[in-house]
Amino acid sequence: MIAYLIRRFGQALLVMAVMATIVFFGLYAVGNPVDLLINPEADLAEQEETIRRLGLDKPIHIQFGYFLAGLTQGDLGTSFVHNRPALELILSRLPATLELAFMGILIAVILGIPLGMIAGLKPDAPYSRFIMAGSVVGFSTPNFWQGLMLIMLFAVFLGWLPAGGRGETVDVLGIPVSFLTWDGLSHLILPAVNVAIYKMSLVIRLTRAGTAEIVHQDYVKYARARGLSPRRVVGVHVLKNILIPVVTVLGLETGNVIAFAVVTETVFAWPGIGKLLIDSIGLLDRPVVVAYLMLTVFLFVMINLVVDIAYSALDPRVRVKRGKA
Amino acid sequence: MKKLTIAAVGLLLGTVSQPALAQSLIAGFASEPSSVDPLYHNLGPNNATRKHMFEALVGEDENLGIVPMLAESWETSEDGLTWTFKLREGVKFHDGGDFTARDFLYTACRIPNVPNSPSSMTGFIKRADTIEAPDDMTVQVTTPAPYPLLLTDFASFGVISASANGHDGPVTYSKDGCAGIDSYLDSSAYNDGTATIGTGPFKFVEFVPGERVVMARNDGYWGDAPHWEEITIRPITNEGARVAALLAGDVDVIEKPPVQDLERLQSDPNVNIVQGASSRVIYLHFDHEGEPSPMIEGTDGKNPLKDVRVRKAISLAIDRPLIVDRIMGGLAVPARQLVPDFMLGVDPAIALEEPNVEEAKRLLTEAGYPDGFTLTIGSPNDRYINDSKIAQAVAQMLTRAGIKTDVDAVTASVFFKRRNNYEFSLYLAGWGSSGAGMASPLRALVASQNKEKGLGGTNRGRYSNAELDAVIEEALATVEPEAHLALLQKANNMVVDDVAILPLHFEVTPWALKAGLTMTPRADQHTVLTTVRPAN
Repeated sequence: MIAYLIRRFGQALLVMAVMATIVFFGLYAVGNPVDLLINPEADLAEQEETIRRLGLDKPIHIQFGYFLAGLTQGDLGTSFVHNRPALELILSRLPATLELAFMGILIAVILGIPLGMIAGLKPDAPYSRFIMAGSVVGFSTPNFWQGLMLIMLFAVFLGWLPAGGRGETVDVLGIPVSFLTWDGLSHLILPAVNVAIYKMSLVIRLTRAGTAEIVHQDYVKYARARGLSPRRVVGVHVLKNILIPVVTVLGLETGNVIAFAVVTETVFAWPGIGKLLIDSIGLLDRPVVVAYLMLTVFLFVMINLVVDIAYSALDPRVRVKRGKA
Repeated sequence: MKKLTIAAVGLLLGTVSQPALAQSLIAGFASEPSSVDPLYHNLGPNNATRKHMFEALVGEDENLGIVPMLAESWETSEDGLTWTFKLREGVKFHDGGDFTARDFLYTACRIPNVPNSPSSMTGFIKRADTIEAPDDMTVQVTTPAPYPLLLTDFASFGVISASANGHDGPVTYSKDGCAGIDSYLDSSAYNDGTATIGTGPFKFVEFVPGERVVMARNDGYWGDAPHWEEITIRPITNEGARVAALLAGDVDVIEKPPVQDLERLQSDPNVNIVQGASSRVIYLHFDHEGEPSPMIEGTDGKNPLKDVRVRKAISLAIDRPLIVDRIMGGLAVPARQLVPDFMLGVDPAIALEEPNVEEAKRLLTEAGYPDGFTLTIGSPNDRYINDSKIAQAVAQMLTRAGIKTDVDAVTASVFFKRRNNYEFSLYLAGWGSSGAGMASPLRALVASQNKEKGLGGTNRGRYSNAELDAVIEEALATVEPEAHLALLQKANNMVVDDVAILPLHFEVTPWALKAGLTMTPRADQHTVLTTVRPAN
């Protein structure tokens, strides 16, 4: 197991290094941040002075050398725009995004799995058809549009919930969270639903397919024949066996939400890392973009690892195989 | 019974105190300040935010005219080299400290020394040779040569408190570093509020990056008391979300409502639209140097844009009122000069040009291009209002006149890099003039590039005209107002006659407010919430 973990970490480091290199040189090719950061009234001497101060006058390979040197000391660089260490900047925005992502996933799971099972157990019932039609709408309409529609309906038209921003936060172990106050929660609901809709549709379809297949398996029939209550048959024997694909997909999707909730965060002016990324790309704030993507790669590798471990908890066969390997 | 009465009174008070609750204002900004440090980053959102908390030595009114602010009056010496500012008495900083000349000197000391500033304010003080305080209420500035734009420069940065920055005792300013001050506070000391002490109408409360800047009324303010007890600036970068936030009542005022929604917002009884002319000109700049020019074909390697007849033909081929009407939805004013009518240096005798395609074709033939040529316009597509659509319209108009024109529109970061590498033959960009009026675009856009003299910083068409340079340099060294104006107008006429650059229109800036509120639009497009008030 330990050898396995070390190998996974090694892979993560390799992918992070490749990613950092590509992004570093890629952004250099796109443009010069000073063109965007500096006041246009600044004369040529000031423009050159700023370029020099940010270290952008050096050849790119030298800049990359400085970056690598900093990296060995755990320094991912300082944001050109915000004058704060890039990693610190990202971590300060991370709680908002994590909160949004987990709330979204939670909604998707709590609603998606039961709905999917209902649709799978009674595929021909009118309500099942309705659920499935809803799920098609859910993942075929653009996230961006859904967000605006949610705002128009619940914030502008009905006036129940705020249209965006993050509400009141309270510190839990030094981390600001918003779901503990009503104001914070009311700000969280719409963006979380916006994140949840697509995942929920996915969960519904996966669960339904799994359920429809598994209810006809011999062991389910046998469980029924043994006289187990339908609740136990569905809740334990069926549920446990449909969870594997659901967990895999949700794992990847969690990573996706955390790393790329850009659309939702932009539409709802949610101060998370997705918005930080898009703003930083727009301003070519290279240290932030590079640090962000390195962190993202790390996150994905870690999530995949957690998913693999979750498999072995859910499915003993995986455990056996790994033991042999 | 008594309890009931108290409850009733409380209820009554509750209803009565409702208006007090309504005295907080929330604004949705299109972009966020990178810091609340007034000297850290010389850029639009930072400067707009700064104006609430920090005041400059002299102020700029909504049309960018110079007005007294922290300095009550000023005068220049006979030779134009010495400026004496009399400071306003009784101005207090938010922490209760007195504002004196020492604070201005400290501000000047910190400007070149703000750690890691991505765009510093150094340009605003570098013309000053010495800055001295003969007494607590006087600031005296000398310049090596007469310099008429000193007031505009001093209007551009907020004055910070020396004591709040940890410096007690006198300050001596020197160009090469101030004696006795070894280190300066980082912008983070401002972002967390420790040093965010100004003299402005609002005090700093809180800055949460990505979320909000909160400010509270400064009850000790020397000027008119602001209407709002508390103001909050929320960055909402997406324009659709910004409009939704206004319609949902989350915010009371938004800047830059999308042009395509403006008509609908105007007809909404819950929304009030305020708009005002800005100093931002949208222009086309020609490649005056390349031979051959990178994006021109069909001329056997010649650069036709060096011929003034071709430039005139291009100008005549463009129907500016049509662009204003069809593409800008009326939110622009056609231009021929580089600053709008209400600013310094405009020559009222220069009329707008009537578009004339036949004359344009004739001029092209005369210049030796009877069959025209092929040209590509470079343009950003996310920087100015409808930028790439304007470029498309210009391309169609030029094509009609015989110059087959394409558009190469890219995102701002790529556009500026390519522009600064001189990859375009004709490019579209914008210029927001400061209170200096015509002097601002003259020295940046059409004066020959000259690093030592600080000229031609954004002249990426590499226009170079020695005669014009001489007039501009003279104007920039003439303090006497009438002579300064005459020189600006002279230079302006030379630019127009030679079609050195092609102004298209001035942007009109809209703001959307909750019905019942109004504000004063500013020509520099800054959203200053101090001017938001109930409409009556």
